[in-house]
Amino acid sequence: MSNPSGTKPFTITRRDLVVSGAVTVAVGSGSAHAQTSEPKAKVSRASQPTMPVELIANGTPHRLTLDPRVTLLDAMREHLNLTGSKKGCDHGQCGACTMIVNGRRINSCLTLAVMHDGDKVTTIEGLGSPEDLHPMQAAFVKHDGFQCGFCTPGQICSSVAMLGEIRDGIPSHVTRDLMAVNYSDEEVRERMSGNICRCAAYPNIIAAIREVHEGNT
Amino acid sequence: MRPFTYQRAATPAEAAAAARTSGARFIAGGTNLLDLMKQQVETPSHLVDVNHLGLDRIEPTSEGGLRIGALVRNTDLAADQRVRRDYGVLSRALLAGASSQLRNKATTGGNLLQRTRCPYFYDTSMPCNKRKPGSGCAAIGGFSRNLAIMGVSEACIATHPSDMAVAMRTLDAVVETIDPAGATRSIPIAEFHRLPGNTPQLETNLKVGELITAVVLPKPLGGKHLYRKVRDRSSYAFANVSVAAVVADGIQRLAFGGLAHQPWRVERAERETRPEAIAEAVLAGARTTKQNAYKLRLTQRTLTSVLQEARA
Ligand SMILES: Cc1cc2nc3c(=O)[nH]c(=O)nc-3n(C[C@H](O)[C@H](O)[C@H](O)COP(=O)(O)OP(=O)(O)OC[C@H]3O[C@@H](n4cnc5c(N)ncnc54)[C@H](O)[C@@H]3O)c2cc1C
Ligand code: SF4
Ligand code: FES
Ligand code: FES
Repeated sequence: MSNPSGTKPFTITRRDLVVSGAVTVAVGSGSAHAQTSEPKAKVSRASQPTMPVELIANGTPHRLTLDPRVTLLDAMREHLNLTGSKKGCDHGQCGACTMIVNGRRINSCLTLAVMHDGDKVTTIEGLGSPEDLHPMQAAFVKHDGFQCGFCTPGQICSSVAMLGEIRDGIPSHVTRDLMAVNYSDEEVRERMSGNICRCAAYPNIIAAIREVHEGNT
Repeated sequence: MRPFTYQRAATPAEAAAAARTSGARFIAGGTNLLDLMKQQVETPSHLVDVNHLGLDRIEPTSEGGLRIGALVRNTDLAADQRVRRDYGVLSRALLAGASSQLRNKATTGGNLLQRTRCPYFYDTSMPCNKRKPGSGCAAIGGFSRNLAIMGVSEACIATHPSDMAVAMRTLDAVVETIDPAGATRSIPIAEFHRLPGNTPQLETNLKVGELITAVVLPKPLGGKHLYRKVRDRSSYAFANVSVAAVVADGIQRLAFGGLAHQPWRVERAERETRPEAIAEAVLAGARTTKQNAYKLRLTQRTLTSVLQEARA
């Protein structure tokens, strides 16, 4: 099966993952993956001045000084220690990095942290806690909406924002009458297509979302 | 990613002036540019953030059409009530592209300027005339299943991957710009994207530092609006072939995606009635590879089905 861009095989993706894990190793190597590898106390690099940026992460303001190459995903994971959001592909192809920024779901791997000065960023950690689950988190647990769990933080952030999009009347590719948007499993499948699950927990994810939707109406 | 400096521009004129040098790039949604920067296909030395220029509105024009700001997000354009009602083909095309997360970020200007999805363009270890002029084309004789069959050259057979642009071609949209000297101009969408010829690295007729400020839609045509996209899976994939159609009293506008380095439209074909005759005119002069010759029949069949629905 080809991936969304029809370009990058998943093997590259895994290499990116390994590199982002091995942060300190790549520092100063000038490697292609330098954007994932600039820890806070970094070796200063004359050609690459850092910039101040404020992120309101799950309600708490944080002032950071970042290399402009740092993506929003890496800023949250590596600099604010919010490692709930995952890096699956780093190319907008999987949805594991989905965060809710100023109320909208986006792929945090394809945006720069410095472009989000003052923005409100919500990750899985901001939706609920183990003691106080968000209804969507509870529904995913109840319906087994995952196996390995790697895609799950992205799936949950995405589905919370997705229900908001249906409420706001935003149409989708499968909406028959563009002027009349209604909830259906078919709509949810299309609207969640930006979140890939290698474990194929899809039917259970749909069931979890349906339960939250019905609880809301 | 290579190091770059970052600047947030406050006005369109300031942004264009800041992008005067060839190492500078505008960044809007970033969904295509950052992807390419990670692969070092794009290596800008300076990024000009154009997200704060006040170009995020959709306004009526005095001619009865709509002016769409270059920074209007794909989601907002597709969901705009006026676009849904009067330019359904555009809503449909936008919604057939990418994913909700990407459409929430992707902008009107960035979508028009997204670069090809030819696999060799992304692979810096392979020859590619578009990425490195003069290095050759790995796609000709290589993996070309999803590449162009119309308007191709010896240098490049890439397609333009945008769905939105195909719909805009049927609507005769006009692209408005401002250049680094502050001069503005309007470019009809038909003259916006280039064919590859000997210079596949030049994809549009924009000049260095020229900023897209808006896309203007003429007044609505009425009639039926359809966008049919055929792809390898039913969502979150680029088109193999797509057909945009606006069919009204005495009007038949048809544009095609997945066929060429630009949205493909042959006005002469629109005077024909039979789908076979239209397809023949649209596909006249096709040059296929073994792998993408299927697009000929796929185009004809998709067109036939779209016209059946539009005329029903
Ligand atoms: C996984 C994946 C799947 C996708 N699937 C589809 C699909 O099915 N169909 C489809 O059509 N698209 C698809 N896309 C592409 C997506 O639509 C584009 O990435 C997006 O529209 C680009 O918009 P942007 O604002 O993010 O552009 P950016 O990435 O910010 O910019 C793209 C280019 O445009 C230039 N630019 C941006 N704004 C301006 C301006 N105002 N004036 C002058 N230059 C400007 C930038 O310098 C850059 O060169 C997909 C993308 C991904 C990652
Ligand atoms: S088709 Fe164009 S983009 Fe693809 S390898 Fe050939 S020159 Fe490069
Ligand atoms: S990590 Fe895969 S989409 Fe961002
Ligand atoms: S639960 Fe394993 S990838 Fe979705």
